[in-house]
Amino acid sequence: MSDLSEQGVGKPVRRKEDFRFITGNGHYTDDISRPHQTHGYFLRSPHAHAKIRSIDTKAVLAAPGVLAIFTGKDIAADKLGGLICGWTVHSKDGSAMKVGPHPVLALDTVRYVGDHVALVVAETHEEAKSAAELIEVDYEELPAIVSLADCEKPGAPQVHPEAPHNICFEWELGNKAETEAAFARATKVVKIDLVNNRLIPNAMEPRAAIGEYDKGTGGYTLHTTSQNPHVARLVLSAFVGVAPEHKLRVIAPDVGGGFGSKIFIYAEETACVWAAAKVGRPIKWTAERSESFMSDAHGRDHLSHAELALDANGKILGLRVKTIANLGAYLSTFSAAVPTYLYGTLLSGQYDIPAIYVEVDGVYTHTAPVDAYRGAGRPEATFLIERIVETAARETGLDPAEFRRRNFIRAFPHQTPVIMNYDAGNYDASLDKAMEIADVKGFAVRKAEAARRGKLRGLGYSTYIEACGIAPSAAVGSLGAGVGLWESAEVRVNPTGNVEVLTGSHSHGQGHETTFAQLVSSRLGIPIDQIEIVHGDTDKVQFGMGTYGSRSGAVGMSAIVKALDKVEAKAKKIAAHLMEAAVEDVVFQEGRFTVQGTDKSLAWAEVTLAAYTAHGFPSSEIEPGLKETSFYDPSNFTFPAGCHICEVEIDPETGVLDIANFVAVDDFGTIINPMIVEGQVHGGIAQGVGQALLELGVYDNDSGQLVTGSFMDYCMPRADNVPSFRLGFTKTECPSNPLGMKGCGEAGAIASPPAIINAITDALGIRDIEMPATPARIWKAIQSSRPRAAAE
Amino acid sequence: MTVVSMTVNGKSVSADVEARTLLVHYIREALGLTGTHVGCDTSQCGACVVHVNGRAVKSCAMLAGQAEGAEVVTVEGLARDGELHPVQKAFREHHGLQCGFCTPGMIMTAVDMIRRKPQLDEQTVRDELEGNICRCTGYHNIVKAILAASEEMR
Ligand code: FES
Ligand code: FES
Repeated sequence: MSDLSEQGVGKPVRRKEDFRFITGNGHYTDDISRPHQTHGYFLRSPHAHAKIRSIDTKAVLAAPGVLAIFTGKDIAADKLGGLICGWTVHSKDGSAMKVGPHPVLALDTVRYVGDHVALVVAETHEEAKSAAELIEVDYEELPAIVSLADCEKPGAPQVHPEAPHNICFEWELGNKAETEAAFARATKVVKIDLVNNRLIPNAMEPRAAIGEYDKGTGGYTLHTTSQNPHVARLVLSAFVGVAPEHKLRVIAPDVGGGFGSKIFIYAEETACVWAAAKVGRPIKWTAERSESFMSDAHGRDHLSHAELALDANGKILGLRVKTIANLGAYLSTFSAAVPTYLYGTLLSGQYDIPAIYVEVDGVYTHTAPVDAYRGAGRPEATFLIERIVETAARETGLDPAEFRRRNFIRAFPHQTPVIMNYDAGNYDASLDKAMEIADVKGFAVRKAEAARRGKLRGLGYSTYIEACGIAPSAAVGSLGAGVGLWESAEVRVNPTGNVEVLTGSHSHGQGHETTFAQLVSSRLGIPIDQIEIVHGDTDKVQFGMGTYGSRSGAVGMSAIVKALDKVEAKAKKIAAHLMEAAVEDVVFQEGRFTVQGTDKSLAWAEVTLAAYTAHGFPSSEIEPGLKETSFYDPSNFTFPAGCHICEVEIDPETGVLDIANFVAVDDFGTIINPMIVEGQVHGGIAQGVGQALLELGVYDNDSGQLVTGSFMDYCMPRADNVPSFRLGFTKTECPSNPLGMKGCGEAGAIASPPAIINAITDALGIRDIEMPATPARIWKAIQSSRPRAAAE
Repeated sequence: MTVVSMTVNGKSVSADVEARTLLVHYIREALGLTGTHVGCDTSQCGACVVHVNGRAVKSCAMLAGQAEGAEVVTVEGLARDGELHPVQKAFREHHGLQCGFCTPGMIMTAVDMIRRKPQLDEQTVRDELEGNICRCTGYHNIVKAILAASEEMR
């Protein structure tokens, strides 16, 4: 047993999945080859906005190796539906969002650079790609709009006729009248304008798909890089109509990172699986990185104006926010939810704010669709609230930590004015601990020492909260979701006692094969190598909602707990029968069933074998077999929270910045595997550093071209852009799931950007700097903030 | 089409490929060794790093024909007699991988780095990783793993 105690909940167990990845034996979609497979290549729009007058494909079919070419007309002839947004948001006036159609392949209009025009299928990738160059598309170029600031203006080019002024929805949340009253009472109002920069997700594995069709059975199989294969199957069957659900198998094998971008159902996998039946052979497509840049759903891209009302003691009375959120050219699978229900609902931060009112205009532009990217709405909310709170602290002359403490929520549950009901937390504890690890006391000395070396040093806080474990189905249903957000689990116990756990969660780096097995090991008293976690195949797992929003622990593992409860109950019944005892007298501990107060006991494997031999079972009471299923629907979101502190040092001569120290203290509730949780935090912070300092998706205002279309133009965080991080944890258990878990996957990306920007503005003594705060921008900010006399 | 021959992971191999075939595609498609990955089209990400004649190279930046007659080692060839290489072990021990996609390139880069620079420190490791992108780990544990392996192999 000593061995087992090292494998259970709370231990830094080394990952089961690693062996295949470190030896090159993973199976990512592009590693898979199907017999007689062909290769697909997508011809994409070179224009941001154009009418397609005609497409001449004659030369293509004659090109070497070419088997077929498909355009939007072929898809329309088959009466396939378009791609959908699964969340309906309503405007202030009660009207539903204005949705422009999103055909799988463009019909008569292209709406962003990279929009899908045709699919060429050939024997090899090279042949398909070369042949695509022979397609003659007669485009009539139209004016395009890519600027968020200008897209609602009169006369701006229109993306969809269905959405006048490019407005998809004008959403609001909170209480306008109460917020106006709070501002009327305020002794001070702090205002800030913020840009939340556009990001391009760039999971290292490019998206890929293999569609195939079996003529004999009429069944389709799609291998795809998905975070949620069951949702993909549902959308492809119920909405697009590729095949009925029971005739479509979707497999998401090893997936090389997602960060949101692989939640969505895209044109490419849809076209590949549909066309496979036409071609009669499997069709494989793997994105080149430049295609990922153009056509993966991007993230963030907000313009906001925010105002904070304060009383004379630095107590927040109210917050009002106006945000314009870029949705891109088409609505993506969850895009309407991101800048609304995943954003506005988190604007209370860790603070007791009596009145909040937020308005969000979701707008179309001629750019790639924008949808969830690590954090999805919560980083935008956290950036806004942590930037305005920091600014308020500075402008009221209060220490930023003290200002935050004056406004912290301390009584739980706490109902915010923006839907969320915070269930548990201790914000002082994480702030205290972060200040201690960051040695905030010693900062003044470090700053003075840096000044002697001619460097500028600054310190920035971010006391964040986010909402994970998305979410109670009833709650999301009432907010416009087209799906329920429960999770499923099936525990199959084999006669020999080893176990397969089928989960609707999907692992693409999170280490579920290890953490889920740790949970099962702790419960059943068997080693983790006797536990197989099965996920990512709709033929094996009946249904599941997938992995995003840091939900796999709080929702996915809770479903496993519920199924394990049932397994244990049935196994006890069997043990009681075998030991001729009352079931109430049987206890199950460390893998043994014992009749209380006796020396009668049975090992786990004895009972599991008996479950299948079933000799002498009273058949009216005990069915043979040991397999249980659970669908778990949580009762609330979970609320991870904590404090990040960043210390920067800037060279004023060059604008070059060094992150001297980065501290993150998080309250994730119960932690299953601290090693994996720390890894999630590291990765999240690095993406936050990317947003704050390096990354920016840029479209040219005149041509609508994507300027940052490769790793040469889009600056990804590399090893020398980030420091080693210093982490700490505090713990309040989440009361709304059986494990007390909150979720850890996105906190790093949510919390870190404002900590970094707050540190930079502190170092430079300026009010604001736009993300990404590149050396050039920092240098410019230093130049323009220097007193004129000194500069001359 | 041309016949290109080389030694890969100690075995002589040869395949008839188009002259424009990149080494990475030769390895993945002609040989079926899919541990070496393709993460970009501009030779920026390092997912494709293998060893050619003992040196780490980006196999997407080289034609298969340029490796004619060379000794090539891919991630599949790193473990010897079922025993993992110390760098492989260190990546697992220190949680230097999450999704695993960048990992083969990272490991092959690290092996070469340790060979060239027996005295590694954190800053040197970070500078040396300039050509390898990881989107998952924030590099923290990759750096830790490489330093630990370097210590172990000294
Ligand atoms: S695939 Fe070779 S560097 Fe990216
Ligand atoms: S582990 Fe996923 S990209 Fe490095």
